Amino acid sequence: MSSHAAAGPIDHHHDHTTATGIPNKKLLWWAFLASDCMFFGTLISTHLVYRLNPPPGNAVPTQVFNIELTSFSTFILLMSSLLMALAVNAIQRGNVKSTRVMLLGTMFFGCIFLGGQVYEFAHFVHAKKMTLSNSIFGSTFYTLTGTHGTHVAIGVLLLGMMYVRTFKPTSGNGLLRNFAHLTAVCVVMGVSFISFVPGMIEVIYGLPLGEFLSHHAVPLSVGVAAFIAVLWFGRTSGTVEFGEQNAGDVEAIGLYWHFVDIVWIIIFTAVYLLEYL
Amino acid sequence: MAQAIAKSDYTGAAHAPAKPTFGLFARPTAKTGLVGWLTTVDHKKIGMLYGGFAILFFLIGGIEALLIRTQLLVPNNRFISAQLYNELFTMHGTTMIFLAVMPLNAAFFNLLVPIQVGARDVAFPRLNSFSLWVWVVGAILLNVGWISHFVPAWDFGGAPDVGWFGYAPLTSKQFTPDLSTDFWVLGIQLLGLSSIVASLNFIVTIINMRAPGLTMMRLPVFTWMALVTSFLLILALPAIAIALVEVMFDRNFGTNFFEVSGGGQPILWQHLFWVFGHPEVYILILPPMGYVSEILPTFSRKPLFGYPIVVFSGVAIGFIGFGVWSHHMFTTGMGTIATAAFALATMAIAVPTGVKVFNWIGTLWGGRIVTRVPMMFALGFIWMFMLGGLSGIMHSAAPADAQQQDSYFVIAHFHYVLIGGATFALLAAIHFWFPKFFGRMVPEFWGKLSFWLIFVGFNVTFFPMHFLGLNGMPRRTWTYDANMGWNEGNFFATMGAYLLGVGIFTYFAVLVWSFFKGKVAGNDPWDARTLEWSIPSPPPEHNFAAIPTVHARDAWWYEKTHKEEIAKEKAEHIKAEESHGGIHMPDQSWYPLIAAAGLLIGAYNAAQLKHPVVMFGNQLLSSHIPLAIAGGVILLLACYLWSLEGPGGYHIHLDAEGNATESRGGYHH
Repeated sequence: MSSHAAAGPIDHHHDHTTATGIPNKKLLWWAFLASDCMFFGTLISTHLVYRLNPPPGNAVPTQVFNIELTSFSTFILLMSSLLMALAVNAIQRGNVKSTRVMLLGTMFFGCIFLGGQVYEFAHFVHAKKMTLSNSIFGSTFYTLTGTHGTHVAIGVLLLGMMYVRTFKPTSGNGLLRNFAHLTAVCVVMGVSFISFVPGMIEVIYGLPLGEFLSHHAVPLSVGVAAFIAVLWFGRTSGTVEFGEQNAGDVEAIGLYWHFVDIVWIIIFTAVYLLEYL
Repeated sequence: MAQAIAKSDYTGAAHAPAKPTFGLFARPTAKTGLVGWLTTVDHKKIGMLYGGFAILFFLIGGIEALLIRTQLLVPNNRFISAQLYNELFTMHGTTMIFLAVMPLNAAFFNLLVPIQVGARDVAFPRLNSFSLWVWVVGAILLNVGWISHFVPAWDFGGAPDVGWFGYAPLTSKQFTPDLSTDFWVLGIQLLGLSSIVASLNFIVTIINMRAPGLTMMRLPVFTWMALVTSFLLILALPAIAIALVEVMFDRNFGTNFFEVSGGGQPILWQHLFWVFGHPEVYILILPPMGYVSEILPTFSRKPLFGYPIVVFSGVAIGFIGFGVWSHHMFTTGMGTIATAAFALATMAIAVPTGVKVFNWIGTLWGGRIVTRVPMMFALGFIWMFMLGGLSGIMHSAAPADAQQQDSYFVIAHFHYVLIGGATFALLAAIHFWFPKFFGRMVPEFWGKLSFWLIFVGFNVTFFPMHFLGLNGMPRRTWTYDANMGWNEGNFFATMGAYLLGVGIFTYFAVLVWSFFKGKVAGNDPWDARTLEWSIPSPPPEHNFAAIPTVHARDAWWYEKTHKEEIAKEKAEHIKAEESHGGIHMPDQSWYPLIAAAGLLIGAYNAAQLKHPVVMFGNQLLSSHIPLAIAGGVILLLACYLWSLEGPGGYHIHLDAEGNATESRGGYHH
């Protein structure tokens, strides 16, 4: 990870500048993930405590859940981990182009998952009448899965910053361009999970396509414009700073991404699947 | 080897780039003056700021305690109102734990850990600065309610008044409708954030930035305890962070986590709080055990007795500390099995603690004891902490604890642990390291006088409380009747508190005098053992002219007896480092401060989210939501620019006499 090592081939598994050989950033992420385990542990405990001691009139989970949809978005989230691993592999081989594609893919899969959650929350509130405040199940469910969703969204943002960073030219400042590029990426991802993906799920459940397009005309056109901007910013020109030496950075974000997926496996099991036993 | 020595950098990342980086404006370079302090990334300056703020709040918390004691001086007293009394005991506890002892420990982590591991700074210097400023924001939010007593237009309902552990359902909207609880929730939340971020930084620093030869089992015991404490912080704070979020949601968004009417169970708060709260006790006391483990060998003129078992005991305390939380809840009716299990775990945790005490005694045994002021406080620590431990063991017997719960006996117990233990050790540490970081000695006579005033005052205050508690005096009582048999005990306690106040005042007054007029201290006034005593007092910005190689547990004692070998090694290290471009130092930055300012704006407005914004009697906005979002945006932008700015850095070059010159912008391999 250090420029000292740049003379020879880069060793991705050992950092000679630290006492343990583990890069500092990676160790920081590991320690943070240990801490994050306790955050989720507390939330999951709260949920289970109240699930096992429900007050009268509590929501009935199996009548609220849409297990097919959640299983599908769980599968997509797990596949995003595969793309993340491919991104790390690509940058370790110094292939920046492939890294970019894999990062975008990871982000988009993350957005499909988030879109599923947006649809789910809206559906639970409007069709199933379960809100944050009208049952304790609602309180614990929305807080727990909402915190997880926030983690995914932050992951998408971090990946977006990493993606945009791969375009930083070897010379010149480029702050404004970086900011505009990142904004465009964020808008595309935001429109995807707030509007596009939930809308598409409704289409699958029988909403006519024309109605979907007219309902979401404004966000969709903003999203398309931002998407064109992302393509325009993504034209490759000139040399960039980003390369094999940044593999550690991509790997560090990868750790976070995989962790968030693993947490979802636990939440999916404890909150959803166990209800169907 | 050469690479390890030339590890010029605290991030493990590339050297200072020659090319312009992403940056909105030029990075600050001032090393003195206001900008120098606000943007500093130097662990020593950050440590000083932590220390300064912590001592300020230590004195404020002390004044709160004196007001409480004055109210209890005589029966049926009306010195202060019951409401103010509630605010005072809440803020006394919260202040002393979160704003005095924890940041004082953080100050010593910052001042000592990088030097004791032989590094030039922490692993993430800007993150370290962020931790400091977030802590300041948390402190402001906790105390902002006091304004209500002076400016009625700022209607926060006074300072927080729900007790330092804020039991549900007292924190619900129904019982504390005013804003003071919302500020308490967010204040504690941000202090937790600050501690988690700082702890992550110290974990990486201690594990990854050790100098060549410094194996884990050669680390000074203080650094070991800093590592254990950091792990406790990152694993314990999430529990209260989530619990605070749940309270916040209950108060603002209508959830039912602790609302009995909606199916919530207030007992859950107690569990979540103490899952954090009990490790917190060890977070407060483990670093003090570290100071004492450094001070006792120095003044006994022999190495620490049983180093491995002292370290192991510290780690064991950390582990078991997560399994004893319910001993705070013996009277809640958990059932016999749970009660028995937590009682046994509580008895078990006394074992490693007792082992430590025996090892300290073993260190003293047969040593040539030098009773300088730090040693006096350290000896006082062993004795007083042991008394607190003895009453603590009594609490582990659940039936006995049922009698002592919420009585002054408990007050006596934890003040023996937190003053007789943590504070005595901190006062020892301040005295011990003052010459290192200010370059001046504290006069022996005045130091000893303050020790005796504090020692006597402390015991006169808190020893009678054991009897008051066993005679049935409940804690948190605003006043009491004259016929309860508590008059003498309270009178003694209050007189003792005044004496303790005089002692603390003397202690700090002498420090202020010494800062200006004290005898100039050399590099190593105590003939001490660890690396910080091998460098000048006060230490230069880069700490070490040459990164040391550690050959023994008492690294500096070894260096003092192997001068030739060490001199040769150091010359080689300096040469190696200069060939790599000189001593690499991190650049200062505005962004940690700006990010913290964003948090301040965000959290201050989030606390009163749904209240209208009123200024001079006119309503400007119907809610604080836009302002809270504005704070969030500032935070986000600052983090974005921070991440693009990069670690940066510059080089220091030392000539033969040790004079430093700086260079910037060179790109080296």
